Amino acid sequence: MTDSPIDHEIFSELKYATGEEFAAELVNTFLDEAPGMIDELKAAAGASDTDRYRRAAHSIKSNANTFGATALADLAKDVELGNLPEAGDLADAEALEAALNTAVAALRSLIDD
Amino acid sequence: MTDTPGHLLIVDDNKVNRLLLSRSVELLGHHASVAENGRIAMEMLSNQPFDLLLLDIEMPEMDGFQVLEAIKSNTDLRDLPVIVTSSIEGLGNVVRCIELGAEDYLPKPVNKTLLGARVSSGLEKKRLRDEQKRLLERFATTEVAQDLQESGFAIGGKRANASVLFCDIRGFTTLSENLAPEETIDLLNTFYTLMFEAVTSNGGIVSLMLGDGLMALFGVPQPLPNSAQSAVAAGREMHNMIEILNLERRAEGKSDLKIGIGIATGEVVAGYAGTDDRATYTCIGSTVNLAARLEAETQITGSRILIDQETLELLEGATVLESFAGSRIKGFSDPLDIHAL
Repeated sequence: MTDSPIDHEIFSELKYATGEEFAAELVNTFLDEAPGMIDELKAAAGASDTDRYRRAAHSIKSNANTFGATALADLAKDVELGNLPEAGDLADAEALEAALNTAVAALRSLIDD
Repeated sequence: MTDTPGHLLIVDDNKVNRLLLSRSVELLGHHASVAENGRIAMEMLSNQPFDLLLLDIEMPEMDGFQVLEAIKSNTDLRDLPVIVTSSIEGLGNVVRCIELGAEDYLPKPVNKTLLGARVSSGLEKKRLRDEQKRLLERFATTEVAQDLQESGFAIGGKRANASVLFCDIRGFTTLSENLAPEETIDLLNTFYTLMFEAVTSNGGIVSLMLGDGLMALFGVPQPLPNSAQSAVAAGREMHNMIEILNLERRAEGKSDLKIGIGIATGEVVAGYAGTDDRATYTCIGSTVNLAARLEAETQITGSRILIDQETLELLEGATVLESFAGSRIKGFSDPLDIHAL
């Protein structure tokens, strides 16, 4: 684990490969989309829909990797590969939401620099 | 950037991924369109041509595996290269993509350099496949081209058993000396039209046109139940057509056209040969040389069709007019048995 929730090397590479302005735009898109992904995860858990649950976690993992949000990606991967929790058990979803909020705050500060 | 720009379809249910892949593809100098899931992608593919597909696996409605299956079972789409870009877990899933016909697998987040290389290679494959399709349609009948598309293309050379037919107008140089240039071309066009018809109606393809003659292949690229039988049937049809043409020519007070045909059967190496700009489906090997020699030999023996022993052995119920046992054929050290039909 690094001190920052974001691996700066990966994030710099993203900026370098796609352009700083585009990278910022991409972060903003993620900030817009992220709450929906958590909602989707919770809804899938509530509906006991395994595929939907796995897909929501997969999506978060995929984006977390893109931005170098390593801790978030690792947690999302555990959820993706883990079992569907009992109906109403939102512990995993809430843990992921907390990690997401940390990553989101860090990303926001990175593009505001 | 040496690539000609391609039009790529990016299929991903995640907006960040779609934007990022579009950006990467555009930075590589290509055009990108996006689809949110497999179902939308299939709709777009049926409405307009794309050069390459970047496909995610985990998607609602229709996932990447289902898209791969749908593409590979569709003759219009099966040649479209697909690169799977996914962060799906498990080697088994990657293997499944490749088994379902994906060209390549790129893990997400997609490395820019790797993406560039794979996209170039995918577009090059697409270009070659399109080129092959175009060439085939020019040289083969629609049925042959269609059949090949269904059975898939073999890129590069392969060994196969085939029958090779050479046909030539006898004494054409002398004949054309007495003709106006337009008349010569006119005559050649009539000749080729008739000969192409004889070849293609018997499942063959014309691989070369040589002045006043042609080379046709039977059994490659598409296998035939009996290539020798088909080649001989084409040869007989060629003679019949020339006889009909001669009736017309006589009525116009013109001299008869005479053709000679040589057919040999055996192993050939067949494939596309040429350069990037100009390539043709062709065959090489001693079977080809023998067929050419047999055609030349018809002038000496005065035969209509000369065939080699292998062709004869495959024929069902053919009447041999004359056999020339132990003939010395230029370029062949051993004497050969050849037969006139």
